[in-house]
Amino acid sequence: MDITKLTITQAKKDLAEKKYSSVELTKAYLDRIKKVDAKINAFVTVTEEEALKNATEADKQLVKGSSLPLLGIPLSVKDNFSTRGIRTTASSKVLDEYIPPYDATVVTKLKNAGMVLLGKTNMDAWAHGSSTETSDYGSSRNPWNTNHLPGGSSGGAAASVAADEAIAAIGSETAGSIRQPASWCGVVGMKPTYGRVSRSGVIAMGSSLDSPGSITKTVEDSALLLHVIAGQDPLDATTSPKAVPDYLKNLKDKISNLTIGISDDYFEGVDPEVQASVEQAVKDLEKLGAKIKKINLFHPKYAIAVYTIIQRAEVSSNLARFDGIRYGNDRSFFGDEAKRRIMLGTYTLSAGYYDQYYNKALKVRTLIIEDFAKAFKDVDVIVGPTSPTTALPVGASKGKAMFGEIADILVEPSSIAGLSGINMPVGFSKTGLPIGMQIIGPQWGEEIVLNTAYNYEQAHSLLDKKPKL
Amino acid sequence: MNKYTPIIGLEVHVELKTESKMFCRCSADYFGKEPNTHTCPVCLGLPGALPVPNKTAIEWCVKIALALNCKINEFSKFDRKNYFYPDLAKGYQISQYDLPFGYDGITELKSGKKMRIRRVHMEEDTGKLTHENGASLVDFNRSGLPLVEIVTEPDFHDAEDVKEYLQNLQQIVRYLDVSNADMEKGDMRLEPNISLALTTTLQDGTQEIIPVELLPNYKVEVKNINSFKFVEKAINYEVKRQTELLDKGERPAQETRGWDSVKQRTFSQRSKEDAQEYRYFPEPDIPPITHTKEQISSILKEVPELPAKKIARFEKEYGISFTDAEILSREKLLADYFEKVTSLRDHEVAKQSQQTPQAIAKWIINKKVDYATVTPEVLLKHMAAAKQTVAIDEQEFDRIAEEVFSENPQAVAACKSGKDSVIMFLVGQFMKKIGKKVDAQLVRKKLQEKL
Repeated sequence: MDITKLTITQAKKDLAEKKYSSVELTKAYLDRIKKVDAKINAFVTVTEEEALKNATEADKQLVKGSSLPLLGIPLSVKDNFSTRGIRTTASSKVLDEYIPPYDATVVTKLKNAGMVLLGKTNMDAWAHGSSTETSDYGSSRNPWNTNHLPGGSSGGAAASVAADEAIAAIGSETAGSIRQPASWCGVVGMKPTYGRVSRSGVIAMGSSLDSPGSITKTVEDSALLLHVIAGQDPLDATTSPKAVPDYLKNLKDKISNLTIGISDDYFEGVDPEVQASVEQAVKDLEKLGAKIKKINLFHPKYAIAVYTIIQRAEVSSNLARFDGIRYGNDRSFFGDEAKRRIMLGTYTLSAGYYDQYYNKALKVRTLIIEDFAKAFKDVDVIVGPTSPTTALPVGASKGKAMFGEIADILVEPSSIAGLSGINMPVGFSKTGLPIGMQIIGPQWGEEIVLNTAYNYEQAHSLLDKKPKL
Repeated sequence: MNKYTPIIGLEVHVELKTESKMFCRCSADYFGKEPNTHTCPVCLGLPGALPVPNKTAIEWCVKIALALNCKINEFSKFDRKNYFYPDLAKGYQISQYDLPFGYDGITELKSGKKMRIRRVHMEEDTGKLTHENGASLVDFNRSGLPLVEIVTEPDFHDAEDVKEYLQNLQQIVRYLDVSNADMEKGDMRLEPNISLALTTTLQDGTQEIIPVELLPNYKVEVKNINSFKFVEKAINYEVKRQTELLDKGERPAQETRGWDSVKQRTFSQRSKEDAQEYRYFPEPDIPPITHTKEQISSILKEVPELPAKKIARFEKEYGISFTDAEILSREKLLADYFEKVTSLRDHEVAKQSQQTPQAIAKWIINKKVDYATVTPEVLLKHMAAAKQTVAIDEQEFDRIAEEVFSENPQAVAACKSGKDSVIMFLVGQFMKKIGKKVDAQLVRKKLQEKL
């Protein structure tokens, strides 16, 4: 039996039944990483020692009958989550030697839940991009075709799960950085509502947008992980005091009363293969009892402008602390993309331009939030393609300053509005690359999003399909 | 001849004495501590660390604003002020830009002049740089301490008023018990903006008032002064310096200057000819702060009677002099002590000795009574005891008086030549010799007669 093909739910059951130990499971994943990561480059840092230490501890707890939700489960964590004592680079050489003295809240929660940390995954440097091609540690590769990109910025995270180098991964999304790579890598990627999961310890990109989330093989695993990482955090003033529901509780309910909204604008300019697959998935959802309703939303192109202004402005301020005085490497270690974003953000915040750019962007953002709120009066979820294309070939982002914004056009509006959303694998292109569908829920709509995704997955699981590596 | 009127505005930073820092739970008791021992990821600005505002600090900022008769923004927020300096951990300071907690306040001076308060806002302090042996060291213990900035309109025209305002402000924050306002520790940092406006003397001898639109087209800011006296000196120095420049037909440069307390002069630090570019934008890590009318009025209830009102009340209610009322009101605890003693005087021991509020005030002031160690009851006992004197036998008086006179011929001569003040010296000598508690006033009278 190959124990690297499991889901969290399966592995938990096996560990409880003592079919194998967490150390055995962890070693299987570490071996898998050794075997395939030269091709995938999903990891910036593999934490073998830490992983085996965690696993040994987990085995002790398992003997005692502990039932922590992630006890002994090997996960990967994106390299923008601070990990105490473990190098955290955000895939930028500026932080090549930075070892945080504290854990991100999400990491603390995962540790408390019994996780085994396999390593830190590659990403676009500072999460600037949708390809991992801006990483200072080389781009990651798509496990389905290593001449193609995994997407980004959580590209290493998505690839680590698709390539069975981790049972599941923790990623972060500002606008598309979980859902888009999940789509390109054929895995489940959940972006929770802004403020649902603490950002404390996550190296900031667009502070008003950053949402930590998960990349998993199944929706059930996604619900399980969200339950572990969600909740108000005294270290993050933007987290909501809203109680965290048990996401597993209503996960399996039927969706016969569900109304799904479809906006034609979200299919415009989409690759025909992607369009056909997602349209088929919508029909499949209809067969499961959901009602389909056409809705009008602002065209997603407006989101690009709003997102670009707000995010660049926040980036320019957030990266100011890397001034060369601390952290080892100075500003000359910033890559071109970071420099471009710093310059654009600095410009838009400058006196005389603030009202024209930043302030206007905030106003349009409010309009987009209202637009979605209006739509969610009539529908429960909104469905559409996650990405206009399947995974693009290596090198596709080179020389394209707006590559990420274009690749993420369909997920940007919901990110700007701070909504919840998930990517579901719905099929493959003729060339064998995964196609993803996104299900967008309202703010705090994680339950309905997961419930919809679960129903689809049960009827159309692609879990058996595995990339050949 | 040209006549200039100084146009002065003030920016004052007050460090609050909260237990923890503004945006993290580090101890704010940083003064004199080992460098970088009161730090955490938040105040070090480590990647990913987020600010969580200190509720008490915000409440205290509102309290200061209310004490200065400000309006309170019911909807307020924090903003990022972006600039580079090695002591600024994040590359930006969390401050408030367009929606400060307090705005449009007013404060009155003794003369009745009303000075307008433009805004009262909250921000965080920076770390501290020290330069030694060719190296620059950063201590982040102070990083993230809560600071309240109080900005006035340019309503001041002389250093005297400025000094009075600053002293009032120091008293007010101490009354509110929100800051130690200890100048030496940098709890209060003063920044006067000084420029000169041309004024003309009207025919009736009065001066023409300068309309707002004719305010000077430059501003000199003197940074981070830590004593009232130095502010006064810096202002007077600047007025002289700028007058000389204007008389020569030059416009003083728009700049930031420092105060050199050794050379007793200001010196240029950096030009501010171009508008400062701080790229303010709303701090995305902290949700906007709202204060309901109810919350504001409950904070207002916590604002105690402030010195100006207290002085007036003491004069009226207790019939004590302005000077005494002012001295007693310098510290809230002292004023409270005075009232406590006064309220007790109808009871017990005090009743027989019939102390007046005036006598109590004088006693506290002249004897520099330590209110922390002498209870009001004990103080009244002391006063009563002082009133009890032993009668003096005539013969004994004459004998001692003669002794005193013969031992102090110069003092006697001085007294006789009309130097009345010397009599107290002789009284003192007499008291020493007699070794008993006798009525000093009586002794004085009798000695004078004898001379």
